[in-house]
Amino acid sequence: MKWLRWSLPLAIFLVVLGFLFVGLFRDPREVPSPLIGKPAPAFSLAQLHRPEQTLTTQDMRGQVWLLNVWASWCVSCRVEHPLLVELAKANVVPVIGLAYKDKPEDGLAWLAANGDPYRLSIVDRDGRVGIDFGVYGVPETFVIDKGGVIRYKQIGPLTADALRQTILPLVRELQKS
Amino acid sequence: MREVSDTTRLHLRRRGLHLRHWGASLLLAVVLGTAAVAARGDLALDARLKALENELRCLVCQNQTLAESNAPLAEDLRKEVRELAVAGKSDDDIRAYLVARYGDFVLYKPPVKATTYALWFGPFVLLAAGIFVWIAVLRRRARMPGGETPDDTSDDGAAASRARALLGD
Repeated sequence: MKWLRWSLPLAIFLVVLGFLFVGLFRDPREVPSPLIGKPAPAFSLAQLHRPEQTLTTQDMRGQVWLLNVWASWCVSCRVEHPLLVELAKANVVPVIGLAYKDKPEDGLAWLAANGDPYRLSIVDRDGRVGIDFGVYGVPETFVIDKGGVIRYKQIGPLTADALRQTILPLVRELQKS
Repeated sequence: MREVSDTTRLHLRRRGLHLRHWGASLLLAVVLGTAAVAARGDLALDARLKALENELRCLVCQNQTLAESNAPLAEDLRKEVRELAVAGKSDDDIRAYLVARYGDFVLYKPPVKATTYALWFGPFVLLAAGIFVWIAVLRRRARMPGGETPDDTSDDGAAASRARALLGD
């Protein structure tokens, strides 16, 4: 029992230390989405380039696709944009752009200036579809499978690592099924 | 004849004015009344929303409530919450609506479930463990021979002899 006097506090201290250490590498801004594994919310939004046409969740059934939430006013969208342009060139997976709370003319000008990697873009002027998708910051990227189920959510700008290690392997796996 | 008819007409006109006056006041009363009722309804709704928004987290600024935050998303969510409330949804419905989209993190008061047991009951477990240790220590002290605080007296003795040595020097 004597050894408990020093080993028990030490053990508790080490456990607390372990938790704190792991906490150092976790981003409190990354709130896990409850929508992973759930069907993507239904939407019907006007397209950015052809406002008279809409895109609905149903239209994307049967293919794996990415939904990239962006805005012309969003600074970190510029960081991930070159990666999206590259991804579009590789033509692995269709990317749909969701212009979040953005004026259509601003969005169009931004795409004209920075390159347009999107299969097509849709306009969420009042941010309502964003709320349905649980968007709380731009950019965010969702991986949606053939059945319309959200499989992954990237919070913040895409990185080359996230694409290579997580998103593209997941996309390939989903495309096989 | 003419005069009479004139006064009659005047009289009639006055009565008409009178009637119109009455009608106007009645209308005004009705309008004000409904406005007051509506305003009271709004006040009750405002109070309810305020209370609700105070227990919801703004996801952009994280340490602010939905009521406090000026972030555009918080504004949108307040609007959404108000619309849901006006549509007759209960507070629980509104909470469920937000949790479905943003997860339990939007709630400042986390729900009691398997993943939060440690959070809810952990402190009580620690408290119980502390009391247990405390009682164990007290019991052992009571069992020790030579009074309550044997260590202290021996320390005192050592200190006293050291002081005596100093004084005697």
